[in-house]
Amino acid sequence: MRKNLKVLPAGKGAVGEESIVSRRGFLIGAAGAGFIFAFSRSSDALAGPAGSLAEGAFEPTIWYQIQKNGRIVVNIAEAEMGQHVGTALARIVADELEANWSDVELHYVDTDPKWGAMVTGGSWSVWQNFLPMSRAGAAGRIALIDEGAKLLGVAPKQCRARDSHVIAGEQSISYAEIVSRGDITRSYSEQQLIQISIKAPAQRRLIGGQSRALDIPDKTNGKAIYGIDANIDGMVYGRPLIPPTRYSAKINHLDDSAAKGIAGYIKTIELNDPSGTVPGWAVVIADSFHAANQAAQKISVDWTPGDTASVDEAQLLEHGRGLIDDSNVGSLVVDDDGVDQAFTNAHTSLEAEYLTHSVLHFQLEPVNALAVEKDGKWEIHTGNQWQTLIIPVLAKALEVPESNIMLRTYLLGGGFGRRLNGDYAVPAALAAKAMGKPVKLVFTREDDVRFDSVRSPSVQRLRMAFDEQGQVTAMEQHSTAGWPTQVMVPAFLGTGKNGEKFDPFAIHGAAHWYSFGAHRLRAISNDLANATFRPGWLRSVGSGWVNWALESFIDEAAHQVGEDPIEFRLSRLIAAGKNAGSEPNSVGGASRQANVLRRVRDLSNWNQSQPASSGLGVATSYGQERNMPTWTACVAKVHVNLDTGKVTVEKLTVVTDAGTIIHPDGAHAQVEGAALWGLSMALHEGTEFKQGQVIDRNLDSYTPLRMGDIPELELDFIASTENPMGLGEPATTVVGPAIGNAIFAAVGVRMRELPIKPAALLAAMQAV
Amino acid sequence: MAINFRINGEDISVDLPSSTPLLWVIRDEIGFTGTKFGCGIGLCGACTVHVDGRATRSCITPVSAANNSAITTIEGLSETGEHPLQQAWIDTQTPQCGYCQSGQIMQAATLLRDFPNPTDQQIDNVMNGNLCRCMAYVRIREAIKLAAQRMQQTSRNTPSQED
Repeated sequence: MRKNLKVLPAGKGAVGEESIVSRRGFLIGAAGAGFIFAFSRSSDALAGPAGSLAEGAFEPTIWYQIQKNGRIVVNIAEAEMGQHVGTALARIVADELEANWSDVELHYVDTDPKWGAMVTGGSWSVWQNFLPMSRAGAAGRIALIDEGAKLLGVAPKQCRARDSHVIAGEQSISYAEIVSRGDITRSYSEQQLIQISIKAPAQRRLIGGQSRALDIPDKTNGKAIYGIDANIDGMVYGRPLIPPTRYSAKINHLDDSAAKGIAGYIKTIELNDPSGTVPGWAVVIADSFHAANQAAQKISVDWTPGDTASVDEAQLLEHGRGLIDDSNVGSLVVDDDGVDQAFTNAHTSLEAEYLTHSVLHFQLEPVNALAVEKDGKWEIHTGNQWQTLIIPVLAKALEVPESNIMLRTYLLGGGFGRRLNGDYAVPAALAAKAMGKPVKLVFTREDDVRFDSVRSPSVQRLRMAFDEQGQVTAMEQHSTAGWPTQVMVPAFLGTGKNGEKFDPFAIHGAAHWYSFGAHRLRAISNDLANATFRPGWLRSVGSGWVNWALESFIDEAAHQVGEDPIEFRLSRLIAAGKNAGSEPNSVGGASRQANVLRRVRDLSNWNQSQPASSGLGVATSYGQERNMPTWTACVAKVHVNLDTGKVTVEKLTVVTDAGTIIHPDGAHAQVEGAALWGLSMALHEGTEFKQGQVIDRNLDSYTPLRMGDIPELELDFIASTENPMGLGEPATTVVGPAIGNAIFAAVGVRMRELPIKPAALLAAMQAV
Repeated sequence: MAINFRINGEDISVDLPSSTPLLWVIRDEIGFTGTKFGCGIGLCGACTVHVDGRATRSCITPVSAANNSAITTIEGLSETGEHPLQQAWIDTQTPQCGYCQSGQIMQAATLLRDFPNPTDQQIDNVMNGNLCRCMAYVRIREAIKLAAQRMQQTSRNTPSQED
């Protein structure tokens, strides 16, 4: 309890001082004891975290343990940010383990190197973990059956496992009893695990069944603990002073004399950052966040900004156009033979430019971090999606070995890719180092937005060649934007056919499964964007802009040759050659994309005629990666107000084939959220750079979708037993182009710029 | 200055600058962290608490305005965490990241007091001030209707603390 607060003598019905103290006491104690948070069915889950290895527990792999009391604790190394990933991964383990689901609880881990690379993004979690977690579960089941058989005095062959019991005829023994009584210390090497085969889909008992997410109850009663709730005894609060440019700014002079009258103000620290993450930053320190915030507004700083202080959105886009015009730059991600010849010989051709503007993450919990040093070891308490990426940066900033840094990952108040880039932890750590005490750095919303890793604006040019019969003989897509991966993880860059590097996350959704003849796909890094801001991975990353251009352009092509937009696509989604698909991830290839298209055609009553100024538009995608295709198709139904240009989306129908669905309700929620993100970015969001910074800083001018704007949603999943793919992002990629195409169907005007603003649509309608 | 109020049934006195936003008093001084900071300008609703029974944006409410009032946060909405809205939120599996949900639930609680049997339009009008960045809006609406339905069916003999 803080010194300036007192609890008055308890009145009638008061909960008393102790409850408050114990709440804070838990946080303090937990931090000292090694922080762990866990979810189980107990509403007190946070107060009773699982230890490392409970005494006598059976731990066949590092991924879970079965305790003597029968509790099965599954270790989760992924960030929990709304996707209920812990529940999905635990269901995978529990299914193979033949566990009773009510025995299962989750344990979110720290960044001990034993957990391997830690990243939660790219819709990868279930796809990546399905086989390893299945095998881990199966390994435990095999060991439990062996030991259970011994205890029952029968042969393992006579036994089966079910509901946390080993059963042989009329006899059975619980897992708890096996672990308590038996001699079960078996563990498996990685090599042994790989050889374990997993169940046939028909034998699954939990996967695909309905279940509730274990993280939800605490999110309804205030008990869920996010990074911004972290609390350590003796900590002080900080608010950053962010320079006018992202890079190369220098503080010439800082005057805090006016802040000295603020009660609780301590000092302002100019950061010295050997990692170069936050050049020209200062942090205002006070004994409360409010005091730090008040003081920050009284401090004047004279900065010399970096070179990008005058950059605006139009310049970023114009620079992109110049790059596309220069055929010598960029990476040829796809470069089939015969593209140029096809255009030379073309009977007709089509060309168009597509634009997208900057988009903010605006995750609702502003970025924050609490840094504390204890005996030379650093702990960073924060929400983070890519711990492995930021630890080396923190080590550089603090000038300590990586092994001296531990991240304690809390719940994320939204990720959406913002917290893949953990840069906000650096100023917290530097401030704590300078202060010699724990510092909790909290960004105001405006600070968060100014420091956001925005989705880069993009410019794309597409061309298509047709022969005399109207068949497509070639297509080109040239795409330029700021590249997050180039800036933050160059080792993850791919190499194009011309030997040049490309950011896979900035282009992958364009390596489509259509048979459009010879295909050329060129990805170009917008270096001015990279210099002006730190480009971010934002929900679906490049697929958010490349598919906007691709699927809108395909619609243009269909109209050019006078074909129905769905039939045009279907006749070119042929599972042959490079689009045949392959084991284990893309079985069926283009035929599965065709299948979701047919399904969305049927569900949306595609052929029904629409009222005046209303229309249906379609778009489809495989998501982000050809090796992890989530086949998605969307039909948008829109109405355009001819007087104002306002677009009302009345309905979105989305069909998804993501292979096996582990946690159906969670899958449904992810597609629901992703589709509405797509709508929000198409019509409600979008910002722009002016003088080196985004102009929208808060909700007074940045206006994400609200409840009153949501359309009717119809979501459908294709029943499948194929390998599970990712679900967090693909639906975001189809909604924008489906809306643009629906606008064309409604009023005959082609929109080629995101977001679609009423004024722009009105002007376009008037120009027709 | 000393400011006195009751929070979740407990009488509290704080000695803080009167302009301190109620949000930070609740979170950082008292320790009820279920109330969240989102925008700081009253436009996202994550900081919504009840002041004398009315949904209030605590991030733009100076603590002095709470003097002699009764405040309820998400932690005090129900002693057991089983307010019909909380149960409906679980039954519909509404929260994704969950960060906005305390504010959504507190806003919905006053909505149902004003409109015990709300229409979609009434729900939208009241809840439009609460941003859900995960866009769990379909389920928030569904949860509110479910709670309303259950509250209508149940005789109201279990008043919440603030009633």
